Amino acid sequence: MKVLVPVKRVVDANVKVRVNADNTSVDTANLKMAINPFCEIAVEEAVRLKEAGSASEVVVLSIGPKASQEQLRTALALGADRAIHIETDEDLVPLSVAKLIHAVQQKEQADLVILGKQSIDSDNNQTGQMLAAIGKMPQATFASEVKVDANQLTVTREVDGGLQTLMLPLPAVVTADLRLNEPRYAKLPNIMKAKRKPLESLTPADFDVTLKAHQNVIKVTPPAQRSAGVMVSSVEELVEKLKNEAKVI
Amino acid sequence: MAILVLAEHDNASLKLDTAKVVACGQAIGGDIDVLVIGHNCGDAVKSAQQLNGVRNVLIADAAVYANGLAENIADVITEVAADYEHVLAAASSHGKDILPRVAALLDVNQLSEVIEVVSNDTFVRPIYAGNALATVQSLDDKKVMTVRSSAFDAVATDGNADLVTLSQEVAPQVEFVSQSLTESERPELGSAGVIVSGGRALGNSENFTMLEQLADKLGGALGASRAAVDAGYVPNDLQVGQTGKIVAPDLYIAVGISGAIQHLAGMKDSKVIVAINKDPEAPIFQVADYGLEADLFEAVPQLLEQL
Repeated sequence: MKVLVPVKRVVDANVKVRVNADNTSVDTANLKMAINPFCEIAVEEAVRLKEAGSASEVVVLSIGPKASQEQLRTALALGADRAIHIETDEDLVPLSVAKLIHAVQQKEQADLVILGKQSIDSDNNQTGQMLAAIGKMPQATFASEVKVDANQLTVTREVDGGLQTLMLPLPAVVTADLRLNEPRYAKLPNIMKAKRKPLESLTPADFDVTLKAHQNVIKVTPPAQRSAGVMVSSVEELVEKLKNEAKVI
Repeated sequence: MAILVLAEHDNASLKLDTAKVVACGQAIGGDIDVLVIGHNCGDAVKSAQQLNGVRNVLIADAAVYANGLAENIADVITEVAADYEHVLAAASSHGKDILPRVAALLDVNQLSEVIEVVSNDTFVRPIYAGNALATVQSLDDKKVMTVRSSAFDAVATDGNADLVTLSQEVAPQVEFVSQSLTESERPELGSAGVIVSGGRALGNSENFTMLEQLADKLGGALGASRAAVDAGYVPNDLQVGQTGKIVAPDLYIAVGISGAIQHLAGMKDSKVIVAINKDPEAPIFQVADYGLEADLFEAVPQLLEQL
């Protein structure tokens, strides 16, 4: 079974971003970038499937600027076998990304695509579901456990009220939730080895996919700031304030 | 053109989220129809008919729809959506699972977690864990979007919509195995007026009993930070944050939670935020209306006593 794992380059999860001066976007210049945390979990799961003998090859894919190759190298250092980079400086919406992933999946004949459930920059939570729709494949979103049994996947999903378990035939799409696994750290020898692993660079034009403009970002603004609160010195004072000032209890 | 709202229900009852999504539909303006897909979901349909401002309730009832699996219901929604300009669902785990699949089948992009309607094609949505708000104009002929229910007030239940029965039927594509839902007498996290949340500092699941008592005393729900869920103190469906539930109660009490960016993303729109933490430098104090620097193991029992 070949596994395809799309990964995204995003601003590091611990960085607090700021909106730029002309309110057109968030300022990402000179910020620390990283693999989207959910994508990292997806890579880890694919590598574990390979280590368990369920997967024969793990291919990582990133669609984005040239610098996305750094994240692909990181994924290779974590244990992926080879990487594909589709270079574009355009900010693609999830539907366009899903169409490109689908094209790669067709080309590679991958049986399983594992994605993160959402990217922490655009917070869309769409790409995996859209890929499943385009490829007419079953989907298991927000996965916290994946078991492979011949041509069948058993996936436990995190849903609003608790957990849900599904069985799906392959090929299938799985999106990883935080609790799927604990990603490993790349060791130095593996980082060195990753530099020699194959990385194929393509452009969207290499695929027979028509991408459309779907949306127009009119402006990006900072959210309303909460005014500073007060520190209370005791539980009595807290209860008194909640009762008489805030009137919430 | 009209607006289609996908109802959220567990067959037996309609979720309050649906009434909030209808409110978003009213802000867009136009005839609103609610689509109920399920099996033996008559009671959910009755509740949907009572939602204020709803024109028709469309019902697709079949055994294959029982668990609301995306593969088994997306085709029906896509077919029904042909007659609508807007297709809306709550940004719950259900809505997030299904609607992007529908959007892709319609060959349009989706707008996720809409919090404000600017016009019938322009909407505001948070990005970067709520640290920026993007005003986005959809260029697609159909606007498919999930709605952050905490940003809208539920519509009244004084309506009397007409019923339209649909007759689509599809073969199941995926097998549902089982589900284990967290049983609770407390109000649902998403709609609770008061939420008491605990973090890593609680130390173990037994200590959460203290917060449960506090939540019960205030008639509220229990929440948690990712650290508390990962440590196994509470089940994952209690997680509040960027990747858990987004809540905006009247009162949010954060106990032993430092206030990481990802947690704040899920609760910083609460009306009143109270933080109890022994670290005066904890970022949670920067968003708290009332902060108490104290050991939670002393403060919470005192709080319980005084309420």
